[in-house]
Amino acid sequence: MDSDADVRPKPLLPSAGQLTPPNAEAHPLTQPVLEARDLLVVRGGRHVLDIERFAVAAHETVAVVGPNGAGKSTLLLALTLLVRPQRGSLFLHGQVVTPRLALDLRRRIGLVLAAPMLLDTSVRQNVASGLRFRGIRGRQAGIRVDEWLDRLGILALRDRHARELSSGEAQRVSLARAFVLDPELLLLDEPFASVDVAARAQLIDDTERLLRETSRACVFVTHDLDEAGRLGTRMAVIVNGRLRQDDVPQRVLSAPSDAEVAAFVGVQTRLPGRVESVHDGLAVVDVGGRRIEALSTLSPGRQVMCCLRPEDVTLRVSDRFSPAPPVTSARNHLIGNIVKVVGKGPFVQVTVDCGQMLVADVTKMSATEMGLREGESVEATFKATAVHLIALPL
Amino acid sequence: MDDLVQITLLSLGVSGIATAISLLIGLPLGTVLALSVFRSRGLVLSVVNTGMALPPVVAGLAIALMLWRSGPLGDLNLIYTPTAIVIAEVVIATPVILGLAAAGIGQLDPRLQLQLQGLGASRLQTVWWLWREARLSLVAALMAGFGSVISEVGAAMMVGGNISGQTRVLTTAIVLDVGRGEFGTAIELGGILLALAFLVNGVLTWAQQSGQRR
Repeated sequence: MDSDADVRPKPLLPSAGQLTPPNAEAHPLTQPVLEARDLLVVRGGRHVLDIERFAVAAHETVAVVGPNGAGKSTLLLALTLLVRPQRGSLFLHGQVVTPRLALDLRRRIGLVLAAPMLLDTSVRQNVASGLRFRGIRGRQAGIRVDEWLDRLGILALRDRHARELSSGEAQRVSLARAFVLDPELLLLDEPFASVDVAARAQLIDDTERLLRETSRACVFVTHDLDEAGRLGTRMAVIVNGRLRQDDVPQRVLSAPSDAEVAAFVGVQTRLPGRVESVHDGLAVVDVGGRRIEALSTLSPGRQVMCCLRPEDVTLRVSDRFSPAPPVTSARNHLIGNIVKVVGKGPFVQVTVDCGQMLVADVTKMSATEMGLREGESVEATFKATAVHLIALPL
Repeated sequence: MDDLVQITLLSLGVSGIATAISLLIGLPLGTVLALSVFRSRGLVLSVVNTGMALPPVVAGLAIALMLWRSGPLGDLNLIYTPTAIVIAEVVIATPVILGLAAAGIGQLDPRLQLQLQGLGASRLQTVWWLWREARLSLVAALMAGFGSVISEVGAAMMVGGNISGQTRVLTTAIVLDVGRGEFGTAIELGGILLALAFLVNGVLTWAQQSGQRR
């Protein structure tokens, strides 16, 4: 589709401040599609969003994650100037977007909200609505609408009324309505939250495929880490209105930047300790009298928090008759008593008291085989590489 | 008989024009009231709601004072003309349409406005589609506005003067006939008035329902 030029509105005012279309020569590839700097949104005297810099580059899918009420949706609305920030500036391909150019900006993006928010009309009319706003009607619009209905697998529903759709179908219409605009940037706010579980997996698959096929820049908000890890090429964690970490998903999950991010990304074991010594990048941390080895470059004496994901801990029933496990230098072994066993999907989550509480995920089958129950003494093992140290403020 | 046709047409014309003008004033203001956030919004809403309950005779009195020969607008020579009745009825119907339109638009999900704007709708396009979404409430507001003026008698009497062949409308004619003891004519006129109200509301209801089915 070479319809970029058609989607873009005719210049409202041919002023110098007009947002111009992207130009590959003038803008190096490294330049973000949209960038926000020094963004502050205040509501009811509270700083609901306070972000130094947030940017999304072409071909990138940024997953914005964080607890409920952290300011994720506010960020999305602020990026479209649907929420007017108290302070801060937006740049589209490096050009400042003033409030007067808000409509121009919005006509180059596609917004999908958590609830499908369909109009009281047919599926086709709904998908065509954004095109109509841009003055695209008739045959040309019809062809594009049908194409996107097809790509989202809802072509058969095109003459149905929006009220007659299931939650999954409705959200597909909402996605088609944004994709059909061929926007430079897609903004999706919890796009799968309203969809019932049965339809969700397929919808996530399809969205992932479409984002890849169109290689569209995308920012999507979610509180679901699985979704974020699957769709996101980058993950931005927002807690209490602040951007705490912005990195590739794998690093956010394994090396959270602070204790709150760690808690949010599911690092359940967080042990406070102090670095005793560091040799060749291998640190020995004193955790309540027990030694834990971890990879780190922090200097000795530093107060730290040892973060450990539950899936990285293995348990073994400590039995004095069984041979001791092979001891490797980069392995940590802690003995303790099980204090809690909780079922969690295909896993059993076991909390072990080793002086400090340690959480491990064990498959249901091995939990049964090992006879893990409360009171049982076990040995918890984890690699030094699985431990992530967060330096606590001095 | 000619008299009857003339009275009926005048009733319909005056109320229709007054309702149309009220819609032109009330719908934009109601939209602004529903969509904007400002400090004195609560005050404005209570003024509008009071206006919805405004006794027609009070509206009539106010307009009569304005248009009276010695009043501030007396030079316009509008008192005891159909135009005077239209003005009084606009004063009566506008708060009704404004208030109900604001309520109808206010009932829409606020996220709908965000979604429309997020899809690139301009301010006018956004308002147009919000009206479209609220069309059932808006038609109801229109019916309520028309109902409030077609059935009104006090103001029409006061500013129109119930002059035969000039400003006599159905309601004022009924009052006159009952005063004279001519119940037969009064019942006849009452029947026409009812039929008229039924007809107009029937058409609007049909439009409302077919809009919903579509």
